[in-house]
Amino acid sequence: MNAVFWKELADHLGSKRFVIFFFLILIVGGASAYLAAQALFGQETESEYIYLRLFTVSGGGLPSFLGFLAFFGPLIGVVLGFDAINSEFNRGTVSRVLSQPIYRDWWINGKFLAGLTALGIAVASIILIIVGLGLYILGFPPGGAEISRAAMFFVISVVYLGFWLSLGILFSIVFRQTATSALASIALWLFFTLFLYMLAGLIADQVAPIKPGVSADVFAKHESIRDLVLRFSPVALYEEATTAILIPSYRGLGIAALLQEATIPTSPLPLGQSLLIVWPQLVGLVALTSVCFAISYVIFMRREIRST
Amino acid sequence: MSLVVEAKGLKKYYDGVKAVDGLDLEIGEGEIYGLLGPNGAGKTTTILILLGLTEPTAGEVKVLGYNPAREPLKVKRLTGYLPENLGFYDDLSARENLLYTAYLNRIPEREAKKRVAEVLEIVGLSDVAERRVGAFSRGMRQRLGIADVLLKDPKFVILDEPTSGIDPEGAQQILEMIVRLREEKGMTIMLSSHLLHQVQRICDRVGIIHQGKLVAQGSVGELGAVVEEGQHLFEVRASRVDEALLDTLRGIEGVTSVEVEGDLIRVKATEDVRPRIARAVIESGAELVELKGHTYTLEEIYLRYFQE
Repeated sequence: MNAVFWKELADHLGSKRFVIFFFLILIVGGASAYLAAQALFGQETESEYIYLRLFTVSGGGLPSFLGFLAFFGPLIGVVLGFDAINSEFNRGTVSRVLSQPIYRDWWINGKFLAGLTALGIAVASIILIIVGLGLYILGFPPGGAEISRAAMFFVISVVYLGFWLSLGILFSIVFRQTATSALASIALWLFFTLFLYMLAGLIADQVAPIKPGVSADVFAKHESIRDLVLRFSPVALYEEATTAILIPSYRGLGIAALLQEATIPTSPLPLGQSLLIVWPQLVGLVALTSVCFAISYVIFMRREIRST
Repeated sequence: MSLVVEAKGLKKYYDGVKAVDGLDLEIGEGEIYGLLGPNGAGKTTTILILLGLTEPTAGEVKVLGYNPAREPLKVKRLTGYLPENLGFYDDLSARENLLYTAYLNRIPEREAKKRVAEVLEIVGLSDVAERRVGAFSRGMRQRLGIADVLLKDPKFVILDEPTSGIDPEGAQQILEMIVRLREEKGMTIMLSSHLLHQVQRICDRVGIIHQGKLVAQGSVGELGAVVEEGQHLFEVRASRVDEALLDTLRGIEGVTSVEVEGDLIRVKATEDVRPRIARAVIESGAELVELKGHTYTLEEIYLRYFQE
């Protein structure tokens, strides 16, 4: 499996598309973090967790870095995966590689791990660059709690991008044409990042319509239905999970948390407590990734290898 | 002579279509065996079964003493396979492509580099080793494919259509290489082809496969004898051909038919009647220019099987 892993990793890191998307996210993410740092520099220099706010605060009309990663990150994942298997079929390398003494699953495992590692390298370097930028502008080093939260943010981001990678690989197995699998991946990306938000609002409006003068119960129901629908989306799961990690005072979504915030002083939670809040979201993300990968695995193991 | 391939009652159905239907196959050590048949006869499917790349629906197979469905890795470690639609990673150089195969075979780095240089030398691609495979011609790719097969020093080599789509000179080189492999390394070689005159030249034995069944098997000479079915064909050239001579020939005991084609007389008989033909020609007053028994070419044998 080592051979497959290193070859695929070298392919990814050297591929034009990876470099293009890496720099796209680096430039846009870096710009948004830079603007956020400038905005922060003015107001509250001594506030806790200021480094984490580099990722979540938006300034100068650009969305936050977190928003960018949630929206564009999937594209990197998909781009690394969408032609993993079908391009090997199209090139005719499948029968040559599989006639070597390797188990068939090593191949797909090696490809997945190599993709995940490439994503990890990309995310880690972007986070480190942003922290370095913060160091330069803010002029003091991040604290231990900030570092551990940033590390957690890194792990969740890699899992999130890993979901899109495994989705890409799944499509690369299901569809024989690389163009089809790329389009299918992009369709699903648009669905989850844009349409599901509209759809969730629409469904909630239908079930619990908010009219002037409705009771708080109806309002709460409306919100909970909207959240329920959204939780089918990895994008929403990721946003919730990372928000709780990056904003230590965050106590959860929904109307109840909003009401609490009004009454309880919003002191920051320890990392363990923040993790507890978003545990379901984390499990959901890992589960989605595993399911995608498991389906790919099953289909690929049964696929007939015919070069013609 | 021990058997390299032993297959009994091999069957493979794809969604009810019988690709291989009760095939028996035996290949001895050090043999060059040619598997012949029209497109879609089940040649490639048979090869995939032998390699453990697809599981037979029924029947027993042993390759080098191992069951390829149960112990594919052991079979694949000892067996080299050159697929029909040969594919390489076009962005990598010839050397890099071969190194990847070497690593998949778990050949350690130093040994791998040495072996890659060796096999490139054997197939005469040493001076283009660093060039991208994407720029290779069809013949070069095919030779690279043979290098790829030799890399793991196999005991048994399967070549699927090794010369299709290659110019006569390139095909000649490849055939010579195949014969040399058997002589120098004692490899057992099985090749599938529909280019009969090539197979005829280098194969010890051939098997003719039609609609998933092995319809005939043996050396080219033996197959010819079977086709003759007690019929002998003689070609006679005489200095003068007239009706009287033909009548005399027709009158010879054992002769079933006499046909004239230009100055050539074809005589079919149930036994060897050459001495009687010679005497008849001489006695008619003409001179005997040529008298020979007709040997069947593989092409004729092959066509005979598919006309039936």
